Amino acid sequence: MSDVLIVTEHRRGELRDVSFEMISAGRELADETGGKLHAAVISGDVDTFADQVNRDGVDAIHTISDGEEFNHDIYTQALEQLANELDTSYVLIPHSVNGLDYAPAVAEALSLPLVTDAVAHSFDGTLEVTREQYGGKVETTIEVEADRAALTIRPAEWPQADGMGEADISTFDAAIDESAIRSTVTGFEEAAGGDVDISEADVLVSIGRGIEEEENLPLIEALVEATDATLSSSRPVVDNGWLPANRQVGQSGKVVTPDVYIAIGISGAVQHVAGMKGADTIIAINTDANAPIYDLADYGIEDDLFDVVPALIEEFGGSVPDM
Amino acid sequence: MKVLVTVAEVAEVEDKFEVSDDEIAEQYLTYDLNEWDDYAVEEAVQLSEEEEDVEVITATIGPERSEETIRMTLAKGADRAVRVWDEAIESADYLDINSKADLLAAVVEEENPDLVLSGVQSGDKANGATGVSLAQKIGFEWGAVVNKLELDVDGGVATVHRELEGGVEEVTDIETPAVLTIQSGINEPRYASLRGIRQAQRKPLDVQTLEDISLDADVVESPLAQTSMYKPESESDTTMWTGSPEDEAAQLADLLRNKGVVDA
Repeated sequence: MSDVLIVTEHRRGELRDVSFEMISAGRELADETGGKLHAAVISGDVDTFADQVNRDGVDAIHTISDGEEFNHDIYTQALEQLANELDTSYVLIPHSVNGLDYAPAVAEALSLPLVTDAVAHSFDGTLEVTREQYGGKVETTIEVEADRAALTIRPAEWPQADGMGEADISTFDAAIDESAIRSTVTGFEEAAGGDVDISEADVLVSIGRGIEEEENLPLIEALVEATDATLSSSRPVVDNGWLPANRQVGQSGKVVTPDVYIAIGISGAVQHVAGMKGADTIIAINTDANAPIYDLADYGIEDDLFDVVPALIEEFGGSVPDM
Repeated sequence: MKVLVTVAEVAEVEDKFEVSDDEIAEQYLTYDLNEWDDYAVEEAVQLSEEEEDVEVITATIGPERSEETIRMTLAKGADRAVRVWDEAIESADYLDINSKADLLAAVVEEENPDLVLSGVQSGDKANGATGVSLAQKIGFEWGAVVNKLELDVDGGVATVHRELEGGVEEVTDIETPAVLTIQSGINEPRYASLRGIRQAQRKPLDVQTLEDISLDADVVESPLAQTSMYKPESESDTTMWTGSPEDEAAQLADLLRNKGVVDA
């Protein structure tokens, strides 16, 4: 019997969706190992969170009330003690920004091998984990030649569990060493606002690394003007300082659901896709036919954007800037 | 003050490539400084420019090939570099997060830095875990996915922004010594100047074996094994528009017009 422990995630008083995905990922593994599925709820209003996490598939919920907002020192200590107490074989943690802030420490504290960013797992006496490499260009199978392990689970890969659960909810008294808490969350800030809200746009013309240089921006701006669309981008364009943060689509930027999303020179990394997969119609312009953006594009042009975009501008009666 | 930056040379794959025998053949790979580590190096070099007496050391686990990349970090302003490598590491079947963190922990013990900066993740393996694993091993405090850093050297506190999902940033005070994993976009990494490249040739680049950093060969053993690698099956059912760029543009334009989302 190999039990599974999942960790839920909340921020500013709300459980995040990934918590319910963790239930599905954890249940799937527990069904294969024949073990129980435990869920940990740590910090904040744990009683309310526990009721919300009590969905179909969870056998036991353990609440640890120390702390308010996420703090990795509390999470690490609490999970080390809880996993030891429950004697769980597998600890599953979201591959979220906060998950990245404590999962490696928990694995280290428990001496567990760690496999991160799992997109699938299976157990047949041995645990096998599927994860991507090289920006999603390949998948790999990692075999865990140990009875125990920690995994981080990629968000939005498993469905959210629903249906009322019948879990036993209990309090776990963790002995938190306050002197080991050497970081303090002092607040939250919203990333740069600005005058444009890309999540309100009907048509987004979105650019990525394929634009190559800042000097090529006027070409895209001319297309935006000719089509009366709104300009957005993937992360590298904002990282380079070519567009402000309020134009960024993706996990760390905005989630958009326009009628039409035209992805120009965007490969479609998972973090970007998280922000635009809800668009009605997705059109990709990318020279790489294997780019992941084509996994979800409805229409595609496998051609050089510097040839296609000028033709598009002319098609809409705009003028192509001198480059 | 001493700042140690962990840097990795990563492989990038060309658009068209093949996987054979569960790996990507060398001919499809090019090697470069890991993008996130470039930001971490820049952050450290900026610290050395703002504060008195800051030494910046880069630490790399990598073969001789990676020395060109390491020289680049020296050209950008790091003072010296350590490269850990030997036959045991070279012949390791699967260098996992734990082994990498053990190797880097041994370098940290030798160097005794006040601050360790590390990229959030590597562009190829994308584990996103080495920095925090290292922190836990060496007893440093830490912060992951940092996109703003203000260091109070005398007060021993790093005030950081951690980039959470959805455009929200967490503001956190972290006691030093600490390991911070640096997110892309935190700064604008500089290009190496010609003068910097010349100077880099004279800066120390020490190669250390496991024995040099007091580790046994079993440090690279892992309970994990990569048993297969393959191209993911395409889920694509994209309708491809073909022809000349003008033909392709016309088809796209027709779609937008039919949807009524453009007037032109």
